Amino acid sequence: MKSNIFRPKRVWGIILRHLYLLKHSLSRWIDLLYWPTVDLLLWGFITLYLQKRFYQEGYWIFQFLGALIFWNILIRAQQGLAVGFLEDIWARNLLHIFVSPLTIFEYLLGLFLYSLLKAFIASLLMAILAFFAFNFKFWIQGVDIFLLTVCLIIFAWSIGLLTMAFILFFGQEAEILAWALALLFLPFSAVFYPIEVLPQSFQMIAKFVPTSYIFETFRKILLEGYTLYTFIIKAYILVFIYFFLSIGIFILAFNFAKKTGKLTKIGE
Amino acid sequence: MFPVLKVEGLIKKYGQKVVLDNISFELYQSDILGIIGPNGAGKSTLLYILLGIVSPTSGKIYYFGKDFFKNRSEILYKVSFASQYISLPYSLTVEENLKVFACLYETFEANKKMDELLKLFKLSEKKKTLTRALSSGEMMRLNLVRAFLNDPNILLLDEPTAGLDPEYIKYIRELFKEFSQKRKLSIILTSHQLGELEKIITKILLIKNGKTLAYGNLLELFQKFNVSSLEELYFKVFA
Repeated sequence: MKSNIFRPKRVWGIILRHLYLLKHSLSRWIDLLYWPTVDLLLWGFITLYLQKRFYQEGYWIFQFLGALIFWNILIRAQQGLAVGFLEDIWARNLLHIFVSPLTIFEYLLGLFLYSLLKAFIASLLMAILAFFAFNFKFWIQGVDIFLLTVCLIIFAWSIGLLTMAFILFFGQEAEILAWALALLFLPFSAVFYPIEVLPQSFQMIAKFVPTSYIFETFRKILLEGYTLYTFIIKAYILVFIYFFLSIGIFILAFNFAKKTGKLTKIGE
Repeated sequence: MFPVLKVEGLIKKYGQKVVLDNISFELYQSDILGIIGPNGAGKSTLLYILLGIVSPTSGKIYYFGKDFFKNRSEILYKVSFASQYISLPYSLTVEENLKVFACLYETFEANKKMDELLKLFKLSEKKKTLTRALSSGEMMRLNLVRAFLNDPNILLLDEPTAGLDPEYIKYIRELFKEFSQKRKLSIILTSHQLGELEKIITKILLIKNGKTLAYGNLLELFQKFNVSSLEELYFKVFA
């Protein structure tokens, strides 16, 4: 008999299930490619106009485009996870999945990797478009951008896990959070403006939101050419705390759903 | 001979409501156990607990002599499940769905195994068809193909013949018997089709409101209750 330990083939089974789903679904491709394209072109041209008309100095447009691509990475990774989970609920497939030898951690890892793929496709598309439409090279800062991206993705997964936990606790009524929860962090994340423009009370909240450090650092890299490594460290500390907390909350919710029988009924 | 499945004092409560009350039974190699009871008796909950997707309030489950809750993954490689009420994802083809589950069960020579089973359950022509295009009978047969993918030692079936036409019911009944006798497969199944059940089961567990009303070898229970058919037994026990 095979053991309980982690099995890559079982993780691949989860990724494969979602790749097949994507293969057959035009609407899922549209969701993945259309919105990032529209977002980038629309906000890119608006910013270009504002820069030409009012602010000729600096790299204002690049800051905006970079922030947009970055935010999209977070959204895609978070939705890839939470919506991937919802796909299994909508198809009533959770029961089939969890009566197999697959463990909950293998299931999560499968969804993590699939969400990574979705985030990669969307951000690559945006980066290519930004280069051709606005001559913006998103990848130019190399390692530092990579460090920020990894941090961003782990935070996206934390939000995704929290969304999944809410769905298990409160049922499908909570599925709207798959699209809404990440936006709650948007005002405090300093995505399109520096943290100093926020009121004092908002700045206090922003100190506990890892994305505020990520986007502040990103802006410094882009506009002033240096990296705030202390900010990167702070962001990573917060992100790991939230990630392990959200895994704990999700496991709690999963066990709650098994205890209450919700896991067999969810999606009906 | 030791039991392939041993259930001891299984209790399930949702708040104050007792859904399963001290259920115990044993399943041996090649046994076919029918779980029978009216709607709401706790049959599905019992199956879900045996699959580890619902946690019991108390009680023990041993598969192949091992504690299920401590060896879940290892045991589930050899336990399978199919239900008339739970279909595979509609947006994938028959073949794709089976490939996914072949990965989850790490099936050896998956493609060969898939083709053999699709042929056995007369679904070979539907291999490239989207699952949503299958009829309810074909869907149930696909569920059975999936359930046999991992060469199970124990098969749990929830209403396996519901939605099938008489020709397939007979075919699948004979198939279950063959698997049980030649491949030492043990089966637990729930069904409301008492006539069909009687032709296949060797043991029976009658439950109502989560309580065991009768349990044992089918023919012994016929003698004990002085009846000659499962239908008579059902009405006598549940009267």
